[in-house]
Amino acid sequence: MTDVISAHGLTKAYGTTTVVDGIHFDVARGEIFGLLGPNGAGKTTTILMMLGLTDVTSGEIRVLGHDPVREPLAVKRRVGYLPDLVGFYDHLSARENLAYTGRLMGLARAECESRIEQALARVHLLDVAEKRTSTFSRGMRQRLGLAEILMKRAEIAILDEPTSGLDPQSTAEFLELIGELKREGVTVLLSSHLLDQVQRMCDRVALFQAGRIVLLGTVAELARQMLGGGFVVEVEGTVPAGTELEQRLRAIAGVTGVEQVSADRYRLAADRDVRPEAARAVVAANGALRRLSVAEPSLEAIYTRFFQQQKAGGQGVRDAA
Amino acid sequence: MQREGSPWQGLDVVFLKELNDHLRSPRMFVLELLVVLIPIAALYGALRALAENASDLATVSQIQQPMLYLRALTVAREPLLSFVAFLGFLVPLMGIGLSFDSVNGEHSRRTLSRILAQPIYRDALLFGKFLAGLATLAVCLTALWLIVTGLAMWQLGYPPSAEEIARSLVFLIITIFYAGVWLALAMLFSIVFRSAATAALAALGTWLFLALLWPALVPAVALAIAPPDPQYTALGLGTPATLQWQEALARLSPNTLYQEAFRPLLNPSMQVPSLLDISQLLELRSAVRGALLPLGQSLILIWPQAVSLVAGTIVLFAAGYVLFQRQEVRA
Repeated sequence: MTDVISAHGLTKAYGTTTVVDGIHFDVARGEIFGLLGPNGAGKTTTILMMLGLTDVTSGEIRVLGHDPVREPLAVKRRVGYLPDLVGFYDHLSARENLAYTGRLMGLARAECESRIEQALARVHLLDVAEKRTSTFSRGMRQRLGLAEILMKRAEIAILDEPTSGLDPQSTAEFLELIGELKREGVTVLLSSHLLDQVQRMCDRVALFQAGRIVLLGTVAELARQMLGGGFVVEVEGTVPAGTELEQRLRAIAGVTGVEQVSADRYRLAADRDVRPEAARAVVAANGALRRLSVAEPSLEAIYTRFFQQQKAGGQGVRDAA
Repeated sequence: MQREGSPWQGLDVVFLKELNDHLRSPRMFVLELLVVLIPIAALYGALRALAENASDLATVSQIQQPMLYLRALTVAREPLLSFVAFLGFLVPLMGIGLSFDSVNGEHSRRTLSRILAQPIYRDALLFGKFLAGLATLAVCLTALWLIVTGLAMWQLGYPPSAEEIARSLVFLIITIFYAGVWLALAMLFSIVFRSAATAALAALGTWLFLALLWPALVPAVALAIAPPDPQYTALGLGTPATLQWQEALARLSPNTLYQEAFRPLLNPSMQVPSLLDISQLLELRSAVRGALLPLGQSLILIWPQAVSLVAGTIVLFAAGYVLFQRQEVRA
């Protein structure tokens, strides 16, 4: 079995409010799995259920073959967790903070010290190891949290909003460290609402909305599903009056939709790169081609489109009623 | 549903870390200052008061008044309080001061979920914190006890008897559990309230209420529950039912329990029988004979109060424990 996490009908309810509503997902060993969605969509609650830090109302979750509700220690020995806005004991130094968690992990003193040394070196905090964490910036705290996961030699790293509030430089550094984790074979769960980085990092994503997973798959799959194709080609050019450019563009094989953005701009959705055919169509209509561009499927477009559709759907239902 | 693994895993780690935190914290410095200043001030007053009765300290010790050491702890000279009265104020403050932010502090520092993601149960975290607080209090109070004994020995000029040592040791142990009650109460509030300031205020408010207001309210409440019987009032006596209620209600306050526990211990000739029960019979006997109550019988007298203080500590801790287990890790 290569699935390290599997959830089936996982549900969490507080009284009558259902925060996580019967979600299903599997995470394979070694992949980076993104949990996306607006704040309050149930991402953090799902993470806490994986760690046995909050009770499961119904459904089942398995982490590395263990049930986090019954065997939380077995799960927590092998899974590292970096909470949203991680905190440390301000009066202790970085090294002392890690030593405390190292002892909680049950590491022997010598082993603990060498692991701390290695982990701090990897996250570039070795030169401030003796400083109190009260002096640390947000980015340094996040890296120290990651050092804790490295020290644990976790098989799964769960990172909750690891880069929110970081400056671009720190974000890039942090993403680089996440990439290293993946290369070492660590499975990474990344929760975020910053779509750009999730797209860059994640093998697969799950889009949460109001406690449900509404979309699940690779970015390309989702793009096909939501945008009717992976590629968006923009054509800008003028054609002689009376020529129906839109018809010609629509006739190109692989084009699934044409949208006229303005008088001389068209946006094509296609399942492949159709720029040559589009150019030929404009030229064949005796038109003047001014600009031709292709956009890879973006998670942001998928995300926006999804919520637009939802809104439209909701509108439709209301109109019908 | 059975949980896997021991709930005590990591207990020693949490205990040592929290103890280290307590001992290195600025709060500890304040406590140390009080631990040194209070016995000096209280003993100074007490020894002056004792000396005023005898012609001077030297003669006092020559006569070898019975239990002179213990009297040095309980006698006061205006405007200073006696040593035990000082302790009555200091100990709740120490207990509350050490634990009012123990759990909500982890929330506000955002360390709780990170620590609980390590392979330990919440049990170990809470129990480790409690034990570390109790150990810190025990260290402070033992230091206090040693300073007092040393100072008294120096001033009185002769060593205390074995019984005096035994009595003051029992007093020390009871004081530690009295501190434990306040430690557990403040820890309970630190679980209930997310803000450390609110928790501290609630704990101090409870302490003020139980120490100052409750003793004043108790007679009125007892009268309301059991109105006086004219038969007794005509004879100028209190109605037994009212008095019993009064006693029972007053004992809801740990302060009352503590006072009732240390008085017979430190004052073996105490003779204040109000209602006749076994304890008063014992006291009466000693009063009749004009002799001091032996240590064993003093212990019988204070046993219920001592057990109640220990039980109070356990009940308050258990309440906090249950709440903490059910609490969500994030707000």
